[in-house]
Amino acid sequence: MMSYDLIGISVLWLFLYGYLIIASIDYGAGFFAFYARLTKQDHLINRLISRYLSPVWEITNVFFVFFYIGMIGFFPDTAYYYGSALLVPGSIAIVLLAIRGSFYAFENYGSKNKIVYLFLYGASGLLIPASLSVALALSEGGFILKQGQSVSLDYWALFTNPLSWSIVGLAIVSVLFISACFMAFYASRAEDQAALKLMRTYALFWSTPTIIVALTAFIYLGQHNERHYQNMMDLWWLLALSVAFFMIAMWLLYRGRRYGLAFVCVMLQFVCALFAYGIGQYPYILDPYITIQSSVTSSSMGFALVVVFIGGMCLLIPSLILVFKLFLFDADYVKGKK
Amino acid sequence: MGVDTVLWSKLVTGMTLGFHMIFATIGVGIPLMIAIAELTGIRKQDAHYALMAKRWARGFVISVAVGVVTGTAISLQLALVWPNFMKLAGNVIALPLFMEVFAFFFEAIFLGIYLYTWDRFKNPYIHWLLTIPIVAGAGMSAVFITTVNGFMNQPGGFTMQDGQFTAVNPVHAMLNTATFSKVFHVLSSAYLTGAALLAGIAAFTMLRRGITGYHKKALKLMMTVVLLFGALNTLAGDVSAKFLAEHQPEKLAAGEWHFETRSGADLILLGWLNAEHKVEGALHLPKMLSFLAFGNFNAKVTGLNEFPSDEQPPLLIHYFFDLMAGIGFALLGISMLYFLFAFWKKRNEHNKWMLRLIAAGAPLAFLGVEMGWFYAELGRQPWILRGYMRVEEAATTSPSVRILFFLFLLLYIVLGVVSVLVLRRLFNNNPAEIEMEKWARHADEKRTGEGAHT
Repeated sequence: MMSYDLIGISVLWLFLYGYLIIASIDYGAGFFAFYARLTKQDHLINRLISRYLSPVWEITNVFFVFFYIGMIGFFPDTAYYYGSALLVPGSIAIVLLAIRGSFYAFENYGSKNKIVYLFLYGASGLLIPASLSVALALSEGGFILKQGQSVSLDYWALFTNPLSWSIVGLAIVSVLFISACFMAFYASRAEDQAALKLMRTYALFWSTPTIIVALTAFIYLGQHNERHYQNMMDLWWLLALSVAFFMIAMWLLYRGRRYGLAFVCVMLQFVCALFAYGIGQYPYILDPYITIQSSVTSSSMGFALVVVFIGGMCLLIPSLILVFKLFLFDADYVKGKK
Repeated sequence: MGVDTVLWSKLVTGMTLGFHMIFATIGVGIPLMIAIAELTGIRKQDAHYALMAKRWARGFVISVAVGVVTGTAISLQLALVWPNFMKLAGNVIALPLFMEVFAFFFEAIFLGIYLYTWDRFKNPYIHWLLTIPIVAGAGMSAVFITTVNGFMNQPGGFTMQDGQFTAVNPVHAMLNTATFSKVFHVLSSAYLTGAALLAGIAAFTMLRRGITGYHKKALKLMMTVVLLFGALNTLAGDVSAKFLAEHQPEKLAAGEWHFETRSGADLILLGWLNAEHKVEGALHLPKMLSFLAFGNFNAKVTGLNEFPSDEQPPLLIHYFFDLMAGIGFALLGISMLYFLFAFWKKRNEHNKWMLRLIAAGAPLAFLGVEMGWFYAELGRQPWILRGYMRVEEAATTSPSVRILFFLFLLLYIVLGVVSVLVLRRLFNNNPAEIEMEKWARHADEKRTGEGAHT
């Protein structure tokens, strides 16, 4: 029998991965929509983007809240440490999420063609992953200070550390890369050649920065947190798999075929990398204050959460399949005939 | 510094909740109205009702967006502004919060499907069926969150040991003594407010643009709902008062300015307190407080003086209670008057004054909900977890919370103003009658087009 701390962290990590993919598509699409408007290419892709995003934008937000509530549920100590330390960056993220969510609805359902709304929507799409990824940098330790009963964030250390900046950079470029790959796949399904050509260019353009920044972040991690770095090195095969999937995706994109398979490879690339990172950090949630064993909730609560989780999944998975059938895999809808 | 930080923490949370409450109420209330309108349209084969559902859904999405983002804000603020509270209570309240996310997820998925599948099913009932998970998801979200609020008022389902909650029974904590009355009152008032809002919009449009068939139908449908939930909400208020009298007497006593424990207690309406804390200028309803609290005119009602002065809620909440209850009765009265006029042939239920009253009912309903929540939240003071943790022990120690108050204030002003502008543009340039005509023409073209093919 697995213990609740392991079940909890595995489920949460899976959800974080889900959020990473779904939100990246969404955030990147927002940026591309704005960028295309700016460079007068919006007629090529905006219809495609809004056709995909309109029915799913709320779902993205829920993934994030789910991860956050699950974290507090399984590991209540995280609320205290991260909550105290992240008051300012967290609040900024809230404001950005609020601007983005509401201005998407304003633009899409309210008044069309307001470039200010689109700008707020596009720009916040890059700033949100940047601000959220700060939490990952914090978990490496050295940025959160505990003095007696009060927990605070050492802003100076955070802003002068190359690790935190490389994590932020990685968040931004991978958002653009994942999103462009997905949009290329979606365009190919819609048989929209003009959009496909543009999105393929974006995907190829953002691929190299993604791998370079990822390597940079990894090197800085080695300087900042030796333990985590060594653990990840022990998982070298996962990292190698990740790079291999990246290469396959690149090759498919470059040859201009099998866009669906290319996107699956990108997803596998990130699953390997994220799990190598997560397993390497085990058992810490916040180095050195919180480990999953020290902070796990009571077993009755753990049990209740797992039961609710399974019940909820039984409700959600069929509904999500329905959404995908109606909007993602229904060729007529994708092509704009419905 | 400490006191200051606590004050600003309270202000940030109060402001966020006050703003979120408007959109949360719409989010819970309106889906039911959309479902009712669409079903009525299918059964009566009347396109007016289908248009109603469509237009309401269109406006609803805008407010849902604001509701979602402010809801995300409040959930994150729980940990950011009240880290000590979450450290202590996170162990217990995570379950309902977790369930709420699922309920909302469920609702969001089906709302997405609903909005984009108006013409995709041959059988209209299939599209209507999609409203059920939306209404249920929205309602269950409200239920789960309300259990958390109930827990803050009536903590249970754990034992306290060395400043930690142990032997936690999360389900027991959710089903605390406050849950039933609170859930009942929150749901009934949300449906009442949703219907009052839509009835108010119909009345307001008729006052400005003249009486039309579409708006008459919308008004009648919504006034029926106002009447039903106005009555249920009155019952829910009564259940809540009886709950307070038994389990949280200091909240009721502070709300009613009932200082000395006595039997046959008077209900005090409005008035003010003089320097010696004596009530002046108030309307006294003899023995009504005892009746409200226990259903017995001679029952003994606990007074506020039984509680130590540092555990008494602020006396200001008396006005919140009176306004909330007054508005609840006023909405019920307006709907009764409307139906009286409708059935009494000599009177016209669409006369100017009736419409003005109904239009005023919409903002009043929201004011009522706000007053109710301020009464509930301030009435729990000084506790954040009644009997276990005081508000000042729970707050963050970071002084930045003061600047953040202004950041969030700015955010809510922008969101509020822009959503109103967007909604106005959405409906002002596109009145229902014109949309109806367009629709009919479109349907005609489709039919003749199909005819030409065969």
